[in-house]
Parts: sequence; C-alpha cells; structure tokens
Amino acid sequence: MYRFILKRLGLLIPTLLGVITLVFFMLALSPGEPARVILGERANKEAVEKMNAELGLDKPMHVQYVIYLKKVVQLDFGKSIKTGQSVIDEIKARFPATIELAIFSMILASVLGIFVGVISATKRYSFWDYASMFGALFGVSMPVFWLGLVLIIIFSVNLNLLPTGGRMDIRYYFTPITNFYILDGIIHIFKTGDPKVLGSALTHLILPAVTLGTIPLAIIARITRSSMLEVLKQDYIKTARATGMSERKVIFKYALRNALLPVITVIGLQFGMLLAGAILTETIFAWPGIGKWLYHAIESRDFPAVQGGIIVISTCFVVINLFVDLLYSVINPKIRTE
Amino acid sequence: MNPIKIFKAGNDAESRAAESIWYENWLLLKKNRSAMFGLYIIIFFLFLAVFASIVAPFDPYLQNIDLRKMTYFSWPYILGTDDFGRDILSRIIYGSRISLVIGFFAVSISLVFGSLIGLISGFYGGWFDRIAMRVIDIMLAFPYILLTIVIVALLGPTLLNAMIAIGIARLPQYTRIMRASVLAEKEAEYVEAERSLGVGNMELMFMSILPNCLAPIIVQATLGVGSAIIESAALSFLGLGAQPPTPEWGLMIASAREFVSNAWWIVTFPGIAIVLVVLGFNLLGDGIRDVLDPRLKD
Amino acid sequence: MENNRFLEIKGLNVSFYTQKGVVPAVRELDLWINKGETLALVGESGCGKSVTASAIMRLVPAPPGKIESGEILLDGKDLLRLTEKEMQSIRGDRISMIFQEPMTSLNPVFRIGEQIAEVFITHYSMDKKEALAKAVEMLDMVKIPAPEKRVRDYPHQLSGGMRQRVMIAMALSSPNPGLMIADEPTTALDVTIQAQILDLMRELQKSIQMSLLLITHDMGVVAEMANRVAVMYAGRKVEAGDVYDIFENPMHPYTVGLLNSMPSNEKYRHAGRLEAIEGNVPNLLEIGSGCPFESRCRYAKPVCREKFPDVKEAGNGHSVWCHFAGDIKFI
Repeated sequence: MYRFILKRLGLLIPTLLGVITLVFFMLALSPGEPARVILGERANKEAVEKMNAELGLDKPMHVQYVIYLKKVVQLDFGKSIKTGQSVIDEIKARFPATIELAIFSMILASVLGIFVGVISATKRYSFWDYASMFGALFGVSMPVFWLGLVLIIIFSVNLNLLPTGGRMDIRYYFTPITNFYILDGIIHIFKTGDPKVLGSALTHLILPAVTLGTIPLAIIARITRSSMLEVLKQDYIKTARATGMSERKVIFKYALRNALLPVITVIGLQFGMLLAGAILTETIFAWPGIGKWLYHAIESRDFPAVQGGIIVISTCFVVINLFVDLLYSVINPKIRTE
Repeated sequence: MNPIKIFKAGNDAESRAAESIWYENWLLLKKNRSAMFGLYIIIFFLFLAVFASIVAPFDPYLQNIDLRKMTYFSWPYILGTDDFGRDILSRIIYGSRISLVIGFFAVSISLVFGSLIGLISGFYGGWFDRIAMRVIDIMLAFPYILLTIVIVALLGPTLLNAMIAIGIARLPQYTRIMRASVLAEKEAEYVEAERSLGVGNMELMFMSILPNCLAPIIVQATLGVGSAIIESAALSFLGLGAQPPTPEWGLMIASAREFVSNAWWIVTFPGIAIVLVVLGFNLLGDGIRDVLDPRLKD
Repeated sequence: MENNRFLEIKGLNVSFYTQKGVVPAVRELDLWINKGETLALVGESGCGKSVTASAIMRLVPAPPGKIESGEILLDGKDLLRLTEKEMQSIRGDRISMIFQEPMTSLNPVFRIGEQIAEVFITHYSMDKKEALAKAVEMLDMVKIPAPEKRVRDYPHQLSGGMRQRVMIAMALSSPNPGLMIADEPTTALDVTIQAQILDLMRELQKSIQMSLLLITHDMGVVAEMANRVAVMYAGRKVEAGDVYDIFENPMHPYTVGLLNSMPSNEKYRHAGRLEAIEGNVPNLLEIGSGCPFESRCRYAKPVCREKFPDVKEAGNGHSVWCHFAGDIKFI
C-alpha cells in the first residue's frame, strides 16, 4: 500500500515537470513580445531591448527555461506585466474565491447527482427514471455560460431574488480574514452577531454554484445510475435481502458503498475540471476568482500571469486526480489489502 | 478496455459479411427511439445549414436601427431582433452552418490524428509509443478547457484557430481509446493467422486491425461533435473564437449579455439552438454506444 | 404428521412476464418439509427449483416475476399474505438462505464480521460491538480457524470453501433458525471441500434441529443429505418420496434418467458408461398442457402430449406424475 502511494507520488514529478515545460515553451515560442506589451507598440528599439534584458528575455531559450524552472520550484512566477504585482500573490488573493465556488458546486453536484442516480436505478423504467435521465442528458448538452445567463434572467432580473454577480453586497463593509466568504461570514456572526454578511455571501454563491455544478451533476447522476444498476444485479444483494435487511438499508448501505467506487473517480475528475470551467462562470458572475483573473491575463497577453495561472490550476488538477486515485484504493478493500 | 467487435475478421472474403453487420447495427439503431430522435434533430439542423440562404427570412448581417431589440413574435421577426436590428432567427439559421462545420472539423482533427497516433503506438510499441504516451499524459494533466483556451490564445482568436485548438485539446482521448483497442486486438487469433500468411504490417494495421477498433472511436466522435460545438461557442463567448459580426451562436449570446435585463430573447434563443443540436448528438451517440457495445447498456 | 409440517407449499404458480411471452416457471407445486428434516429439491437448471426458493423468501424479482397463486405456509402462516415489513422480519431469522456462488455472494466492500453482525443488528437490535462478538462465535461454530482474526477479513481474502462457511454462519445467525434453504451450496466448490461443507451442514442441522431445503442437481449430494426428495422438471413436480424409495424404486422416467447419469452409483451404470438424458430442457414458452418431459421421453405415447398425468401413489408418501408409472419398467 505504502509502496503504491510512493510510486504514484513519484509519477507526479515528471508529469508536473512536463506541464511546466509545455507551458513555458508554448508561451515562449508564441508570437508577440512582452516588452512591446509593456511599453506599447510605439516604443523605440533601445527601450525594448533594455526591457528585454530586464525581463531576462535576451538570454538563449534554454537558459531562460532553466532560470524559469528554478524560480517555479520556489513558487516564484515572476511579476505580472499588467499590474507589476507578484503573480503568486495575485493568485493567492484570488484562489479562495475559486475554491469556495468549486467546493459548493461539487457538494451540490455530488449530493444531488448521487441521489438522483440511485433513485433512477432503483425505480428503473419509471417516469422518474426517464425524466431524470433526460434531464441529465439535457444538462450535459447545455453551454455553461448560457445557463448562467438564463439563471440571471430568471432569478435576478425577473424574480429579483438573487444578485447578478460579485461575492458580497458592496454595502457591507467587513474585513475578510480567510477570504472564504462563507467562513468569514460565520466568523462575523460570532464577532458581531450580525448574520447579514453570511446571508449576502450565500445569496451571491447560489447562482454561480448552480451554474458551475450543473454539468458535473448530470454526469454524476448518469454514472451513479449505471453503476448502481450493475451492483443491484450482483449476488450479494440477494444475500443481503435474504438476511431480512430493509430495502432502504440494502440500497443505501450495501449497494451504494459498492456503486460509489467508480462514482468517486468521476467526482474527482469533475472537481479538477471545475477549476478550469470556472473561467466561464466567474466571467459571467463577475466572481473575483482565479478563472476570471486568468481570462483577463490571456486577453492582455500577460505572459507571466498566464504561465503562473495555468501551472497552478494544472497542478491542482493533477494533485486532485492523484488524491482521488489514492482515495479509491483506500476505500476499495481489494486494493487496500494487497 | 476491450474492443467492440463490428467485424468478425478483416479479410476481403468477409467484407460482405462486414457490410451486413453494419446494416444489422443500423437496424438495431433504428429501433432506438431516442437515438432516432437525436438523428432527426441533427438532420434538421444540417438542412438549415445547407439551405440557410433559402430558409432564412432575412440577411443575417442586415442592420436596421429602427428595428432594434424587437421582441419575439413581432412579425415578420419571429424570434425578434438584436441590438443592431438584425433578425435573430436568420442569424441562428446561418449560425448552424458555423457550429456544424466547427463541430465536424474539430472532431475530424482529433479523430484522424488521435486515432493514427493511437494506432501506431499500440501496433508498434517501442520508443514511439513511450514518447507519445508521455506527451499524452502531460496533455491530460491540463483540464482540456484550459488547454483549449491556451492554444487558441497563442494562435490568435479566430474561428479557424478555435477549431484547431478544440481538435488538439481533445486528441489525447482518441489516442488512448484507439491504443487500448489496438493492444487488445493485436492479440486476436486472426492477426496471428494473417501474420503467418505473410501479410505485411501496413496491411495488417490498416486493413485488419483498424476496422475492428472503430466502434468505440465512432461513439466518442459522435459525442465529441456535441462537445466541440459547446466549446467553440464558449470560446466565441470569451472573444477567443468567431469575431463580430459573424452570426456564431456563442458570440450572439456574448454580445447580448448586457441586455439580459431588457431583451432576454437575444440571449436565450441562440442558446436553445446550441442545446438542441448538442442534445441531438448526445442522444445519437448514446444510441450508437448501446448498439455497438451492449455490455455498456444497463 | 400434518401438524409436524414446518413449511408447506400448496398449488404454487410463478410466472415471468418477458418480452417474448409469459414463462410459467413453477406450476401447481406442492411441497412440504417437516421439522428437522432435509428435503432435496432436484432437477436440471431452469426447472424452477431456484425460483421456488426465491418464492419462499418472497424475493422473486418483480417485475418480470410474479407469484400468481398458491400458499406458502410457515408454521401454518401464509407468507404470501404478509406485508413486506413482516416478511423482512422472517427473512434471515426463521428462514435463511445460502447461495451457489460463494465467490460473489458476499459483499466485497464489507468485512465478513460486519456482514454477519448485520443479521444480529437487523433482527435483535444489538449494538455493533455485541453483534461483532456474536459474529466471532458464529465463525467458530462453522469451524473457521482463528475466528477473532478472520472477522476482520474481506471476502476476497478467503478461499471459496471458507466463504461458503461464512455464508452458512450468516444463515444460522439467529437464535431460532427454522429453515435453511441451500441453493446448490457445493456446486462451485472442489470435491474435497464439498464433503467438508456437507458434513458441516449436517452436523449443524442436527445440533439445532433445523429444517433444510436442499436445492441441487447432484444425486450424490441427495443420497448423502436428504430424508425426502422432490424431483422437478420444467416447472412441475414429477416425483416425490422418501429418499430410499426414490433411489431403490424410481417411478418416473426422468428420475431414472437422473440416477443413470450419476457417476458414483454402481447400480445404475450400464455397460460401464454414464448415460446422459438425451435432448434438452424444453422451452418453457412452448410447453402445452401435456407432460413436459414428453419431448425427451423414450416411452412417450400420444396421451403424454395431451394431458398432464394424475398423481399415482405407491405408498409411504411416494407419489409420481406419469401416465405409465408402474405399468412399464423404465430403465
């Protein structure tokens, strides 16, 4: 078991190295000079060369690569061309917003998706089954950005129930401590007894979380259903029923624990995807997270920021996948005991 | 992953039998009502795309300041007009051309190159396989939405580049599926037999093994057209794909974003078009999978 | 006699509603088992014996299955009239069941101790700790070595024979086990392990005075275990009686065929080779009103096709459903 974990961790390093290398060369070889971006199109030649030297861009490519690699290992992604701020600091400031959004979307998607999938499998061929599976197919056929806008039209414009964007009502002045606004809101209640901050954080979270969670929800529901149908065919389910267990216990304890094994892999994969999918959702809902920030960095060809953002998101993606792989082997007794 | 059998074997004598197996599969698919429904949706949009100039009531580029943001059902503008007074229905009809072309083209890129790499990797193994798999692993370490955005940002924001980016970012999936099928198929007895008869590597690879590995790839490609359409719309929405005034669905939604509070139809109808087409491909893809791989059917 | 019957099945009909038509899996079945007795239900696969077992447990998958009519009396109480909740309290307590495939009949993600303990938790509202202690006891009872260690094992860590012992332990995990249904309990096991499992079952049955419904196609197992035998063919009972009567004086041509195909029985070996019953089990969809064995029977006459025979009694509870039983000597 420990050997397995070590082996998987060992595989992580070449993959991450590959990611960093690919990102570096893709951007280094792409057209467009960063110095021109900073200085403007009409800057004279001397100024551009001076700026290039400052940025280290006058050195040969492989030297630049080694320097970059050394810095990245120390979590130094350089300075943003646009703002002049340290890239890692900008990422750190925005990461909690994205993580908060992703976690809530994923909780929503997992809980609802598993529930819908299980009910569909146990009531196979019923109206509920057909309706929810068609709904799931509909969910995976929807463009995220369109869903977000439609939700805004319905819940913000017409019903006037939820805000159209942002993380917090600007009228509430408070100092974030963790930058996870839900947590901050709870802390705020303990400090002042005022629930408005938490309420505002929650109402701002609902629409983006639903938007971002819809596709994973649909995928999880579909996987859970087919996995559950497979498990319900197994002999041990008959054994469980023969011991007089209630049907509810058979389904939710004996069958579900088996059916969840493939579902967990999918949940992990989707969670990683969410971090990237946040680009669209955050743009629509003006959510000040890493997705929206990265989008603006791409738009303004802010190379250090783009490199840093992609490396951080991809690293999270890889690490989450690894974690899920390990989790899978921990909860699957067949792998754990070998 | 086990390959799904379409052909019993790959030699000439059985190509007739193979034909009839395709025909049998088609008969099975015809019985699947939801797959057929999906097919009808696709055919409908294909029809719109091909005959856009005849079907569309107006010129999709024609602006008219007097007719800005006309609401839906304001005859003769059935779905209303946008902020430049252009007919939304006509723009959606012309938009189907763009979306379908992008969908098929992007999938063709990943299908052809992805499968080819997978086929060679699986068949020959060795250094090519090792390098290809390393690169594929690294590509899969990026969430593909991010990979698509980065590639298109590097190439420059045009429709063609968006198409290429989607094709490249989705390529690893096809390589993996193809390689797994080839690895399994390589062990089959008929391959052994043909090899002993002196059939060359090229013939073996393309004439015998490839046809037997197509089924999972076909399923993936059908579902892939739908995702490619969504992704290209997303790229255009972000300003990284089609540029104004192209009647591209994602772009139409993006340019109407600011009017969500007073002209919801401009945002809503192009989105419904996307959902319908993609739903069509997903229904068809699910149906094809059920036919080609009954094991996956629940 | 009558009041000694622990389980009695009267006129049971079970059908499966498939796309191709209604399959009569069990027809007009009468069976009974006395207290502490072993009844062997014998027949080829697809003859309805497993469906009968599922019907007793009320676990016939529905749809497509349906218990059409009949009574299943347990201590005089009709199980078919109980609510699902009442039935759950009987399953695993008064009636328990073990299955053919020990490899797949245990849940792979739970420890075997937890799975046995679940029965005590379900029926005796014990807490988990008590129930686990009971599980160790049960493993000891079915002679699994080092039971304190084994309770923590997962099914895949045990051999097939050990798993079947666990299944038996689960089936016996009740203070008042009345009937155990064993559906081909040894078919999937090696011959030597088979003997051990059968010995264990016989021993346990004796010590706790339990009835056993043994479902099998293996006449060797029947000879070793059963007090009485019921032979089923294509959903119908064709012969029933005391085990000695059935083996000494089989009266149905199908029973004769089964005995002839038994490798170990010297008496039914002809010319030094095994005899197989020719032909296959008929398609249940195509069975008419006649004797279902007619298509494979060497002695069949036109009447066999027309009408299912009335019962013929040969004394000592030995009954047979064949038009020519007693008239022709089947060999």
